[in-house]
Amino acid sequence: MTDQAPKTSLGETLAERLPRRYRAELRFRAAGLGAVISAVAILLVLILSIVSEGLPAFTVHQLVLPVSLERELVDQEGDGTEASLRRGRYSAVLQNAMREEFPEVSGRRELRALFGLYTPLNSTRLMDEVLADPALVGSTHVFRMPIADELDLYLKGRLVQDRILPTTGTLGMSEQGGVVLASSSTNAFADLAEEMRRSIELEADRLLLRAESSRRAMDVAGEDERDRLASDAARAQRQAEALLDAARAETGWIELEGELPSILVDADGHTMKLSALSVDGRQVRGAYLLGSGNVEVAQNWSLYVVDTPETRRRVSDQVIAWTRALEDRGRIQRGFNHYLFANADSREPELAGVRGALFGSILTMIITMFLSVPIGVFTALYLEEYAPKNRFTDMIEVNINNLAAVPSIVFGLLGLAVFINAFGLPRSTPIVGGLVLSLMTLPTVIISTRAALKAVPPSIRQAALAVGASKTQTVFHHVLPLAAPGILTGSIIGLAQALGETAPLLMIGMVAFIADAPSLGLEGFSQPATVMPVQIFLWSDAAERAFEARTAAAILVLLALMIGFNALAIYLRRRFERRW
Amino acid sequence: MIEASPQQAAPLPGAQGPIKVAARGIDVFYGDNHALRNVSIDVPDRSVMAFIGPSGCGKSTFLRCLNRMNDTIEEARVSGSLCIDGREVYDKSVDPVVLRARVGMVFQKPNPFPKSIYDNVAYGPRIHGLARTREELDAMVEESLNKAGLWGEVKDRLLEPGTSLSGGQQQRLVIARAIAVQPEVILMDEPCSALDPIATARIEELIDELRENYCIIIVTHSMQQAARVSQKTAFFHLGSLVEVGPTEEIFTNPRDPRTQDYITGRYG
Amino acid sequence: MTLSQRAHIVSAYGAELDQLADDIARMGGLVETQLTEALSAFVRRNAATTAEVRAREKQVNAMYGDIEKSVIRLFALRQPMATDLRMTISALKIASDLERVGDLAKNIAYRGEDMAEFAPPPVLGQVERLGAIVTGQLHEVLDALGSFQVEPALRVWHSDDEVDEHYNSLIADVLNGMKIDSNFVGPGHHVLFVAKNLERIGDHATNIAEAVHFMVTGQHLEQIESTVTSTGK
Repeated sequence: MTDQAPKTSLGETLAERLPRRYRAELRFRAAGLGAVISAVAILLVLILSIVSEGLPAFTVHQLVLPVSLERELVDQEGDGTEASLRRGRYSAVLQNAMREEFPEVSGRRELRALFGLYTPLNSTRLMDEVLADPALVGSTHVFRMPIADELDLYLKGRLVQDRILPTTGTLGMSEQGGVVLASSSTNAFADLAEEMRRSIELEADRLLLRAESSRRAMDVAGEDERDRLASDAARAQRQAEALLDAARAETGWIELEGELPSILVDADGHTMKLSALSVDGRQVRGAYLLGSGNVEVAQNWSLYVVDTPETRRRVSDQVIAWTRALEDRGRIQRGFNHYLFANADSREPELAGVRGALFGSILTMIITMFLSVPIGVFTALYLEEYAPKNRFTDMIEVNINNLAAVPSIVFGLLGLAVFINAFGLPRSTPIVGGLVLSLMTLPTVIISTRAALKAVPPSIRQAALAVGASKTQTVFHHVLPLAAPGILTGSIIGLAQALGETAPLLMIGMVAFIADAPSLGLEGFSQPATVMPVQIFLWSDAAERAFEARTAAAILVLLALMIGFNALAIYLRRRFERRW
Repeated sequence: MIEASPQQAAPLPGAQGPIKVAARGIDVFYGDNHALRNVSIDVPDRSVMAFIGPSGCGKSTFLRCLNRMNDTIEEARVSGSLCIDGREVYDKSVDPVVLRARVGMVFQKPNPFPKSIYDNVAYGPRIHGLARTREELDAMVEESLNKAGLWGEVKDRLLEPGTSLSGGQQQRLVIARAIAVQPEVILMDEPCSALDPIATARIEELIDELRENYCIIIVTHSMQQAARVSQKTAFFHLGSLVEVGPTEEIFTNPRDPRTQDYITGRYG
Repeated sequence: MTLSQRAHIVSAYGAELDQLADDIARMGGLVETQLTEALSAFVRRNAATTAEVRAREKQVNAMYGDIEKSVIRLFALRQPMATDLRMTISALKIASDLERVGDLAKNIAYRGEDMAEFAPPPVLGQVERLGAIVTGQLHEVLDALGSFQVEPALRVWHSDDEVDEHYNSLIADVLNGMKIDSNFVGPGHHVLFVAKNLERIGDHATNIAEAVHFMVTGQHLEQIESTVTSTGK
């Protein structure tokens, strides 16, 4: 009885504490799970944003044009030799093809805009095709080329906001002195006219507000500011009043002036751009972008609105009209962007590709692998298995560990000083890049190899020694095979790290713009090259908007490469892993 | 090979039969740690000697002196005279690799190589070049497995990994691996501590059979095992050899009170 | 009370060994009482103690059973070694000897009942003396057992000759008496039986002395004595 009492009290204490313990456990598990979920979520967001950014870059719009390769243009000597073909005026061929599409276009500026639908570099590609097949000379060849990057973006709907409005009735158009008057059988333009008026009024309100705030600022501003603010206010006031005037449309026409959407009317192969709408919505006034003359009655016509004002975009209404016309004629096709993989870097986004960087990366990695893995593995083997334990080896060990923590750009400086300046190796080449990255990868390989060697159970070593194997036999027959999966994993992780490295390569000049991919042969090691991460860095810095998507696409390619590398590591580990 | 003049030490009192291993005044240091103090002992040939004693008493240390396994530990120093067949083990002319071929060792945990059963046994003969032809090697493997009492169990699965065997079979495989290099002395460091009683009994039976051809030294924590398998028993305590004698005597009437207290399980 | 000064690490094991030693000591005491009582019953030709003797006999047998069981238990569960081994195995031997002594003492007591029919023969004094010697031996050997000392055991072992001497002279006297007086044949044969039993008890005491010696020293007395005698001592 006496020893029963403390027992129950112990049970009670336990019972009291139990819920608390459960709660503590639950909290901890919840916190862990939360951490994992948030990490996964962040990763997902990151990957999704890159994928959504990069995916459009994997497709491209191409101009598919029949080009007539007239002999006098292409083969000027007339002998069909390569030298002659190389002197051909291929850009003229392309220009002729474009002119054929839009015969009405004349005038230097307009023609230049028309030829801006593609980059002139494509003439080189055309030449390459002709050189590859000289029989094409004199025939009409269907040539594919990527459309200009801005138009590609426009066609992907990433450049402007636009919409197509429903239309009713028929439309008649008549041209007089460059001014086109179109009248609808119904009041098809009424909604649009109303909308435009409201836009004008809104714009006027905005200007009035600006005038007001300028005047307010005058009260507190200094003497010298006051004049400027006063003129600002006056100008805004004036513009607002003019706009309000236009909105009142006392003439019966709403004039489209200022930052307003562009409105295009397509009818019967003609495209006109509106400059004014009648208040009743039956008539519009404007100018032809495509076509000329009168249209009696067009049954099918469409109303296309580009909400982004022309002044705020990089493609003009004229170019949009041409592009739409080409699309209608089936001259533009969307397809896989093989230029991304087949081409090296280019100033023109539509022709730029990762081929050069990819080859550069491969060549650099080959150098890195064949230098850092054997040296690292043997260093680790010696340090782990043979080296005596003394202050000297301790120092080496500490230094290797420190080396792994050295900022990678320092290795770049070292490479610049030693390999390029002292040894005189060529700049910007995979061999120097590989050497520098080897230096960077070595500590990783050594450390992971040593860890793998340490993980080999001592019983295996003892077993081998006990049957009379020498130290070297023990290491090479037993320890190394057992450590191989770990060594492989460590090495591949080290190489993957090197694959993603940019900083040290900046120092040795691999950051240059290189328009030719290095060859994958031996001579490729000493040809100027760049690598994937540097390519990404270069593109991310480029001015053209089309490079944004290409940057993301290149990141995806690099990621795929990394995942491939890691998958290889996992496969090799599984393949060689043995249980003991 | 130069035939070293047998520097056979005078047998210690109480020794009978031919002496295989003779140790005189062995001291072992691990750095500053004096692990073994002045151990002198005679181990007779073709018999089993058991080393018993509490953990850290130096019995395994002494065992590892016999095949110079202590060489692999950097700060280990050994002094004194240790002769196998009258030849000094720690002589400069003795290669530890050759020595270890003559003095096999079996460890606490079964440690077969992660290779096939065949390769496990054939490894020793291969690296020492004991077999000239494939047939000779096959015969050696079969003989060793036979001696280890494992042939019947594994003859149809020689190419399976050694690690697929059960613990007791693995330990017998390891013994077969040791036998394959034709040693004269077999050292066993707690060979049954990881095994179940039946597997232990098999190993003990095997040890009893091997006794006819080898000098076996076994370190064990199980006094019953020492009593079962050995003819002579040595008791180590705090790095010293306290008592050595016929097993029967050690377990019925030990002379030293420390031995007495240890084997009866009293506070030592 | 054990042979070693140090306590067992497994205290339950130590307690079991102590219990065994205690049991043996108690059994020894009981058997000793049985012998003394039996002798006095015979010498005084007293039949009244029979029931007591029988009860004690039962107790002795029961104790022997217990000791046997605990010895078996110890072997099975503890696998005693060295001193513990010797102590356990000796305990079994001693207990069996004691049980025999108890048996013989009981027989002596029964003879006392039979002797009541006769007039006290003149040799009773000699029987009493023999009995005293044997009782003394038993007492000494039990002391040796209790104190784990070899010397008393050795003394008992060597005093075996004394018992033989007394026994032989008693037998001769009784046989002589029977030749002279045929009336003496009746009580005489009882005396002969008792003398024989006392002699056997003396042998058992010697056995116990040997067991105690082995338990304490780990050596067999007979072997030692034979080597001593063979070396000429």
